Amino acid sequence: MTAPVTPLSPAGLAYVSAPIRAKVSSDDRILAITTIIIVGALVLGVALPLYALLAKGFQSADGQFIGLANYRTYFSTPALFDSIGNSVVVTLITTLIAVPLAFLFAYGLTRTCIPGKSLFKGIALIPILMPSLLPAISLVYLFGTQGLAKGLLIGESIYGPVGIVLGELFYVFPHALTILLIALSTSDARLYEAAESLGASKTRIFFTVTLPAARYGLISAFFIVFTLVITDFGVPKVIGGKYNVLATDVYKQVIGRHDFEMGAVVSMILLAPAVLAFFADRIAERRQSAALSARAVPYEPRPKRGRDAFFLVFCGLIGLAILSVLAVAAYASWIKLWPYNLTFTNYHYQFDLRDGGGWASYRNSLVMSAWTAVIGTAIVFVGAYLVEKSRAFRTGRALLQFLAMMPMAVPGLVLGLAFVFFFNAPNNPLNGLYHTMAILVINTIVHFYTVAHLTAVTALKQLDAEFESVSASLKVPVYKTFWRVSVPVCMPAALDISMYLFVNAMTTVSAVVFLYAPHTALASVAVLNMDDSGELASAAAMGMMIVYTSAAVRVLHMLLTRGVLARASAWRKR
Amino acid sequence: MTAAEGQKGATRAPYLSIRGLTKLFGKFTALRDLSLDVHEGDFVCFLGPSGCGKTTLLRAIAGLDIQTAGTVVQAGRDISALPPAERDFGIVFQSYALFPNLTVRKNVAYGLDSRRGNRAETARRVNELLNLVGLTDHDNKYPAQLSGGQQQRVALARALATSPGMLLLDEPLSALDAKVRVHLRREIKALQEKLGVTTIMVTHDQEEALTMADQIVVMNQGVIEQVGTPEDIYGHPATPFIADFVGSMNFLEGVSAEDGSVRVGPVAFAAGGMLPPGAAVRVCIRPEDVTVRGVSAGETNAFAVRVGAIEFLGSFWRVTLKSEGDSFELKADFSTNLVRDLDLRVGARIVVAVPPERILVFAGDRTKP
Ligand SMILES: Nc1ncnc2c1ncn2[C@@H]1O[C@H](COP(=O)(O)OP(=O)(O)OP(=O)(O)O)[C@@H](O)[C@H]1O
Ligand SMILES: [Mg+2]
Repeated sequence: MTAPVTPLSPAGLAYVSAPIRAKVSSDDRILAITTIIIVGALVLGVALPLYALLAKGFQSADGQFIGLANYRTYFSTPALFDSIGNSVVVTLITTLIAVPLAFLFAYGLTRTCIPGKSLFKGIALIPILMPSLLPAISLVYLFGTQGLAKGLLIGESIYGPVGIVLGELFYVFPHALTILLIALSTSDARLYEAAESLGASKTRIFFTVTLPAARYGLISAFFIVFTLVITDFGVPKVIGGKYNVLATDVYKQVIGRHDFEMGAVVSMILLAPAVLAFFADRIAERRQSAALSARAVPYEPRPKRGRDAFFLVFCGLIGLAILSVLAVAAYASWIKLWPYNLTFTNYHYQFDLRDGGGWASYRNSLVMSAWTAVIGTAIVFVGAYLVEKSRAFRTGRALLQFLAMMPMAVPGLVLGLAFVFFFNAPNNPLNGLYHTMAILVINTIVHFYTVAHLTAVTALKQLDAEFESVSASLKVPVYKTFWRVSVPVCMPAALDISMYLFVNAMTTVSAVVFLYAPHTALASVAVLNMDDSGELASAAAMGMMIVYTSAAVRVLHMLLTRGVLARASAWRKR
Repeated sequence: MTAAEGQKGATRAPYLSIRGLTKLFGKFTALRDLSLDVHEGDFVCFLGPSGCGKTTLLRAIAGLDIQTAGTVVQAGRDISALPPAERDFGIVFQSYALFPNLTVRKNVAYGLDSRRGNRAETARRVNELLNLVGLTDHDNKYPAQLSGGQQQRVALARALATSPGMLLLDEPLSALDAKVRVHLRREIKALQEKLGVTTIMVTHDQEEALTMADQIVVMNQGVIEQVGTPEDIYGHPATPFIADFVGSMNFLEGVSAEDGSVRVGPVAFAAGGMLPPGAAVRVCIRPEDVTVRGVSAGETNAFAVRVGAIEFLGSFWRVTLKSEGDSFELKADFSTNLVRDLDLRVGARIVVAVPPERILVFAGDRTKP
C-alpha cells in the first residue's frame, strides 16, 4: 500500500503550521566543519590550479589577456599541431593491441583450467611497480642501436612510434587486465548452463554470452588504456626519438622553451580526451553494475585440452615478455657495459657520481611516498566518511564528492603544470609551498585521489547505516565512533589505499616533473634525467630501485593485511 | 474524538506527547498532522502495513529524522527540534547495528562513562545488564559469534545501559526465525515490565502487537487510524481497514432495515448499531464468533448454511459456509472436536448463529477495504 501523494498546494499543507528548525547538534557541527576543510583543501588542490591553467592559455607571456591567440598559434604551427595526429595514432594502435591481449589473458585466468593462475597474474601486474620509463629503457637495451634483438625490427628504428607502442603495451597491460578480470569473473554461470542446454556451439556462446557480459568491462578498459597512453609521458620521453606526441610537447614547451602559455594550451588539448574518456567510463560502469544481478552464480571452468594448451602458451608468452623486460633492466643495471662487457658491477648504483639527484633523490622519493600514503589515506578516508555517512551539510558533501572525482579526469602532466601556475603565482599567499617537499606530497595525493576515494567509499558502504544513529542515541560523539568502529573495521581498505598511494608516489613522473627543486629531486625524475644525460644503465638502476621498493612495500602490505585479518578473524564474518 | 483523547488514563499527564506531527519527503507526505499520547511505563506498538510511516514516526521521536512540523514533548520537555544526543532514549534497530569489532561487553558499555575513575561502576552496570538479558557467559564474544537472538539481546542491553527514559524498537524481531521470535516476545515484554521503561515498538506483525502491547497505535498511509488496548483494537476496530488488518474478518455487504437489523441476502442480523433504514452497510463477523453448538433455528441471528469447504489449520478448522441461495459466504473457525462431534463434511447442512454483540456494522460502500 502506498500513501497518497499530497500536492504542495497551500491548502493541502494547512496542517504544516510552524515548520521545525532542527537544532544543529555538536556532531553535525563537527562534520560540517570537517566537510568545509576538506572541500577547501580540494578546491586549493584541484579546482583553483585547473582554473589557473585554463586562464594561462588565454594570456600572453606578460600576463595580458589575449583571448584565443595562443590557440590560433598552436593550430597554425604544424610542428605543434602534428603531435595531435601522432598521439592519436600511437594511442589507438596501442589500445587496439593491448585490450584484446589483456582480454585473452584475463580469459585464460578466469575461463580455462591452466595451471599457475596466480603466478601469471602476479607477473602480469609487475609493470604497476615500475615507472613507465623503465620498460622503455629495457626496449632500448633490447632493440636500440646496440640492441640484442635489433634484427627483429627489420630495419625499423625502435626510437619512434614502434618503441612507443611497445613500451606503452607493458605500461598499460596490468591496468587493462585488472578491469577485464573483474568483468570476466563476475559473469553468471547460469547463462552458460542455459546456453549449453540449448545446444549452442562454443563459438556462439562466446559471442552471445561471454562478450556481451564483458562488454562494459571492455569499453571501460578501452577508455582507461586510451587515457593512460595519450597522457603518458615516460615512454615517449625515453624512446619517442623525434616522433612528437602531446605529452612530450607539454614537457618541451615548459622545460625546454619556457613557453608556459603554449604548455597550457597543449595541456588543455591533452585534457580533452581524458575528460571524455572519464565520462564514457562512468557511464559504462553504471551500466555494468546495473547488468549484474545479485544472485549470479560464479562460473567454474572445466578442463579442455586444446583450449587450455593454447592459453597456457599464450599466457606463458606474455608472462615471459614482461619478465624479460624486467630482467633486462635488472641485468643491465648490474653489469659493466651492455652488451659488450658482462662483468658484474655496482657502479651504476653509485648515483652520487651522476647527475639527476643521486641517492638523495631516492631518499626523497621514500619520504614523499610515505607522507603521501599516511596523509593521503587519512584525508581520503575522512572525506569518504563524510560523503558516505554524514548527514550534515548536504551541499558541502555533494561538492566534496564532485571534487573527489575530478582528479581522475586530469592527466598527471596537466595537474603538475596547473600546480606550477597556481602555486608559483607571485600573488598567491601559498607560493611559499613552491619547490618544497610539501607541494610534491599535496600534488601526488591529489593526482591519485579518486581511486583511493572510491575504494574508501566502497568499504564504508559495507558498514551498518545505523552505527551513527546508535552512537548519537548513546550520546557518544561521532568522532569517537569513527575512531573506535569505522576505522578498525575498514582497516584492510585503509591499508590498500596507503599501498596504492605509496607505490604510485614512487613510480609517478608526470606531475612531479614540473614541481621538484634540486633539493627535492625524486627517484623517478632521476631516472628521467639520467636517461636524458645518456646514463642509461644508471637510469635502469634507479628504475630498479623503485621496483625493489614497490615490491617490498607490496610484500609488507600483504603481511600487514594478513596480520590485521588474523587479529580481526574473531569478529569478521567469514 | 482524536487519537490522543481516546486513551485510557487520560487524566494522568502523558509521558510523551506528540501534536500535529507532519513529515514530508519532498512532495510526499509520510506523516500527516498526527497526534498521540504515550503514558509512562506503557508498552506501545505502532502497527500498520509496510510504508505507512511507522519508522518515520519512530525516527522523528528519536530526532534521527526531525519532522517537518509539529511538536514532541517528552517528560514535560519540548524536544521537537533537538538532535538525538540531546534526547533521552535508547534504540534497537532491525539490523541491531552492533559494533562488529567490539566484544559483547564493550558493545554494552559503549554509552557508559569510560573515564578512568568510573571503570568499576561501568563494569558493575555491564554485568547487571548482561545478567538481565542472560548473556553473562558470552561477554567476551564478538557479535558475529552469537546467534540472531543473542545479538538482539546485546542490542537491547546496549540500548538500556544508560537507563534511558524511553526505549524505541524498530521491528526488533523481524530478522529472527519464528520460534525465537515468539520466545523473545515474552522476554522483551517481561524485561520491559520489570524495568518499567516506557517503550515504543514498531511492527507490522499484528500478533506481535496483540501479545506485547499495552496500547496499539494502528497506522495507515501516514495517519493514526485507532489507538487502543489489544482487546479494543481486535474487538472494536474503529474502521473497516483495521477490522481487515488485525485478525481475520468476514465482510458481508448488506442493507439496514427498519427495525435496526441489517439484511444480508436472506438473513436479517440483529446488531448493535443504529443506522438509518435503507443504508448500504458492511457487516463484519470474525470467523471465531460463528457458533454451532446449541443453536436452533428461529433463535436470534440463527441461519441455515451449507458447508462449502473445510481446511485443516492445525489447532482448528477453517470452514467456508454458504448461505441459502449462495447469496453470501462466511468463513468460520471451528475447533477440532466440534468438527469431529458434528462429523462436518463438505455439503453438510447446519444451523449457525452469531451473537448480536459480536457483529460490527460499518457504513457500506462497494470497494473492499
Ligand atoms: N528518506 C526518505 N525519502 C523519501 N521517502 C521516504 C524516506 N523514508 C521513508 N520514505 C517514505 O515514507 C513512507 C513511510 O516510510 P516508513 O519507512 O516510515 O514506513 P514503515 O511503516 O516503517 O514501513 P516498513 O514496515 O516497510 O518498515 C514510505 O512510503 C517511504 O517510501
Ligand atoms: Mg519500517
